[in-house]
Amino acid sequence: MSFVTRGFSGRRREADPRLPPGQTLVQDWPVLSAGPTPQVDTADWEFTIRDETGADHRWSWDELLALGVEDVTVDIHCVTHWSRLDMAWRGVSLDKVFENVESEHEYVMAHSYGGYTTNVPLEDLLDGKAWIATEADGGPLDPEHGGPARLLVPHLYFWKSAKWLRGLTMMPDNDPGFWEQYGYHLYGDPWKEERYW
Amino acid sequence: MTHHLDGNVLAGALSEVFRSDVTAARGRCGGCGRTAPIAEAMVWTDAPGLVARCASCDRVLATVVDTGDRVILSLAGLSAVELRR
Repeated sequence: MSFVTRGFSGRRREADPRLPPGQTLVQDWPVLSAGPTPQVDTADWEFTIRDETGADHRWSWDELLALGVEDVTVDIHCVTHWSRLDMAWRGVSLDKVFENVESEHEYVMAHSYGGYTTNVPLEDLLDGKAWIATEADGGPLDPEHGGPARLLVPHLYFWKSAKWLRGLTMMPDNDPGFWEQYGYHLYGDPWKEERYW
Repeated sequence: MTHHLDGNVLAGALSEVFRSDVTAARGRCGGCGRTAPIAEAMVWTDAPGLVARCASCDRVLATVVDTGDRVILSLAGLSAVELRR
């Protein structure tokens, strides 16, 4: 029987306190996609919030940007176990987008060009926690990364940050979106490892 | 550039669930009605799960999510699957 002295072969590397459990730091930006990449020109792009009355609140590309684009530096955690730290984004705060939208509903379904959906509680989109991102890493968002605009909800797993965002629909209940129907967690907190059902 | 593979890539994951080779089975798309071997589906693998789409209309036919200790399978986009005895 061997006897191993603790610390004999060097200290185990301390876990990075900014990495949630089960995550690995990457420097590149992996592309994940569940289907064909939509090609949407900003001239044709439109963003809509539909409230419970069925009324649509619409923004063109220029109208969205006119709400004010801000710099955002956040950590990103993908459910497939990679994380990026201090990622530089630019986008429009959803607080500004929701400024003139009245709704009693507490949940939101994000809809994408191409048909993707994901559900998020409204409170997770407000108070400086979420953006409609139009730029990343110092340039416009490439289509493969969700351009021209994607949702950015960095405190939840990255599948909640829907690429190719086209609209939000207010919901009375927390109905599941695409991955949430097919096995992924309804909420998706990376610090609690809420990956699957 | 995202890319997809054909339905044969589903064989491993589905062999855990079905007795016969499901990629050889014919499936009917619940959207456009195309009936074709599952092997002809378009499968996106660079995703949180496998996503099989109809080669005609892009509709999601099937998904496979591997949680490590479980496999969560959806065939919700197929209106029927024909398995040969």
